[in-house]
Amino acid sequence: MQDQDKSSELAAQVREAAARKQPLRLVGLDSKAFYGHPVDAEPLSLATHRGIVRYEPTELVITARAGTPVAEIEAALAANGQMLAFEPPDFAGQASLGGAVASGLGGPRRPWGGAPRDLLLGVTLLDGQGRILRFGGEVMKNVAGYDLSRLMAGALGTLGALLELSIKVLPAPKVERSLVLTVARDRALQLMRDLARQPAPLSAACHLEDRLYIRLSGNASSVAAWEKQIGGDGGAGNDFWSKLRNHKLDFFQSERPLWRLSLPPATPRLDCEKEVLTDWAGAQRWVYSSCTAAELRHEVAKVGGHAILFRHGDTETPVFHPLNHVGEHLHRRLKKTFDPAGILNPGRQYAAI
Amino acid sequence: MNDIDRNRRRADLATKLRPVVNGHHVFSSDEELKPYECDGLAAYRVVPLLVVLPGSVEEVQEVLRICHAEGVAVVARGAGTGLSGGALPHEDGILLSLARLNRILAIDPDNGCARVQPGVRNLAISEAARPHGLYYAPDPSSQIACTIGGNVAENAGGVHCLKYGLTVNNLLAVEIVTIEGDRLTLGGGGLDGPGYDLLALITGSEGMLGIVVEVTVKLLPTPQRAQVALAAFDDVEAAGQAVADIIAAGILPAGLEMMDNPSIRAAEDFVHAGYPTQAAAILLCEVDGGNEEVSEDIARVRQRLLDSGASEVRTASDDAERARFWAGRKAAFPAVGRISPDYYCMDGTIPRKHLPHVLREIARYSKESGLRVANVFHAGDGNLHPLILYDANNPGELEQAEEVGGRILELCVEVGGTITGEHGVGLEKINQMCAQFPPEELQVFHDVKAAFDAQGLLNPGKAIPTLNRCAEFGAMHVKAGDLRFPHLERF
Repeated sequence: MQDQDKSSELAAQVREAAARKQPLRLVGLDSKAFYGHPVDAEPLSLATHRGIVRYEPTELVITARAGTPVAEIEAALAANGQMLAFEPPDFAGQASLGGAVASGLGGPRRPWGGAPRDLLLGVTLLDGQGRILRFGGEVMKNVAGYDLSRLMAGALGTLGALLELSIKVLPAPKVERSLVLTVARDRALQLMRDLARQPAPLSAACHLEDRLYIRLSGNASSVAAWEKQIGGDGGAGNDFWSKLRNHKLDFFQSERPLWRLSLPPATPRLDCEKEVLTDWAGAQRWVYSSCTAAELRHEVAKVGGHAILFRHGDTETPVFHPLNHVGEHLHRRLKKTFDPAGILNPGRQYAAI
Repeated sequence: MNDIDRNRRRADLATKLRPVVNGHHVFSSDEELKPYECDGLAAYRVVPLLVVLPGSVEEVQEVLRICHAEGVAVVARGAGTGLSGGALPHEDGILLSLARLNRILAIDPDNGCARVQPGVRNLAISEAARPHGLYYAPDPSSQIACTIGGNVAENAGGVHCLKYGLTVNNLLAVEIVTIEGDRLTLGGGGLDGPGYDLLALITGSEGMLGIVVEVTVKLLPTPQRAQVALAAFDDVEAAGQAVADIIAAGILPAGLEMMDNPSIRAAEDFVHAGYPTQAAAILLCEVDGGNEEVSEDIARVRQRLLDSGASEVRTASDDAERARFWAGRKAAFPAVGRISPDYYCMDGTIPRKHLPHVLREIARYSKESGLRVANVFHAGDGNLHPLILYDANNPGELEQAEEVGGRILELCVEVGGTITGEHGVGLEKINQMCAQFPPEELQVFHDVKAAFDAQGLLNPGKAIPTLNRCAEFGAMHVKAGDLRFPHLERF
């Protein structure tokens, strides 16, 4: 598809919808349509608003339009020995950059490489009145004004349609090695936490079905030294990490409700977990639950975490962890600031937001 | 308010607040208020109505409830080391010092985090974490004195940002008290929290949205080793190119600092770091990590620097020499303070490729104004600190320094950068915000502020200029033609 700037057409479409109070469903490459509550509305398609706008490897920044496929960006970066450090998941082989940031999801590298919000330097967005606004920029350090670009990461398009994104990129590691250790869950969690406390070149740590998968990234000598120290065998390979990142492992091939738990990483086994994949050295757990949603959320909240009903939820259960009344009040007021008519992805994240 | 009204107001408010904070933690006399009249930007001074020092989160809540009900402005203050006047008091408001909330609540090595009160000093966190082999990465130059609450409010940086990020990248949770007196936790115990990323929004919001009462920071494993190379260059352009060459080689230095000749000389005279005083610029490039990694990387850095035309490259042979290399850079500001009665520190960030152009322009402004300028530069992340030398005793020189500073910041915006990389807007750079943001974006900032603080009581008049102010600033600040550098790409 051809690179093109559709900003003015998109702005006109939003202005027109705002005038009619017509809700819009923001769509990039539609690879995460399952995520969040369904939005019954006219589509606002960002897919054709695409293309890399600026990329200078030595500035460590790439700026691209929202509809640009993540794969295209990663290819351009790889040609210059660089990468998107948050490893955005690509569930259907065609994620867009806008969707990757708007969903706020990070891959296995996230605890070390950062989340989309950590790497996001600036955005141009289309607010609910069809105004094109620019926040942040293309420089690494910028504290002028409130950080409204990072506010957009994970907001699922409810505050604005992202048009253009500037992302900090990092050098790709020279060497990556994967190790597999056969070890039971509780011991694996302990091992992951012990490793995370050491200056090891970790870039992923995941446990599934009595196997602990470790990825080391860095230069050859450092990776080799830690490989020797950790032990295990090198059986997994990069295939495992790409399957983990994009939810292609057998664990994810179920029609049961899949929960994503964000927890203090050392949190021990939860009562509610029936089957669990532990990622991010313990901080992210994918769970098939043995409890009701309320019970699971209660258990998770007690340890300071939150729970998202990621996939295959019923229509009754809120997808995202309920906010307390102070938080909800602020969310509503922010929504009103950016989208007074409430037309951008209404209800996708929270009711009335 | 006139003085009589103000004194009445002061007495009335003190009566209401004293019972909340144990009586003696409300300051109201001239001699008690005087030490709080400015922060690190001493050119601006205002005596607040009262200084209030709550000793618990509950007390903060109660103080804010009273101020909210009474319509009293609240300016939060940590250690008062900020350089942009963010903690400059409001003459009709209270100054809320968080200094008594200074306890480290928990060091949690298993979860890689520390839970601390806002008045804990930045460096104290790393000191407390050290026995566990962990540390808190952001290291603003004031880290010995500045507090974490202020770091959150300003999104403080430091010399290791390129690799380890700013404050916003090293927080897990922040608890705030809203102007209504409600507690709210942003972020969470994991790596993300539910809903909008209000943690990112509060970070760097300069005390305008809420009062930070507890902070959970990420702790990282202390690198096994760090090594630094010092390279001298005969011209600044070559030094700038060397930075790009190091990045292009796929090396992510922990620190990458540049100093120009006036800074080198000032620093050398002061601390005798052994800097080459004839060099047009020096680069300090530090790499850290595992032992093997550091040995490999420093050899590559050295080769790159030589290939890029460095006239000399030295590698620190031990920790003492490494400390000496850094001593000059770390003492750059006080060193410049020795050669000039006063200096004015700027904080623009630019895309690195524009460095030679920006330095040439700064040299031109310096020549035109007759004021000397020394430049120190976080070269890795493009954050430039020009120090404008002046003498406040010479009538008009402060204003002249501010004028040069303003031109430098506008230049940063013109080349696609920003007016502040890590010091904040505060009161100091409020006019330049008009150059960086169009009215629509500024209005959104005001609306976001109103979402948290409808009456505008938290740190009023800071960070975001009113549209009227920008109109006035624009009117008295006519630029020749539209843009000064039409040959530059702009975005």
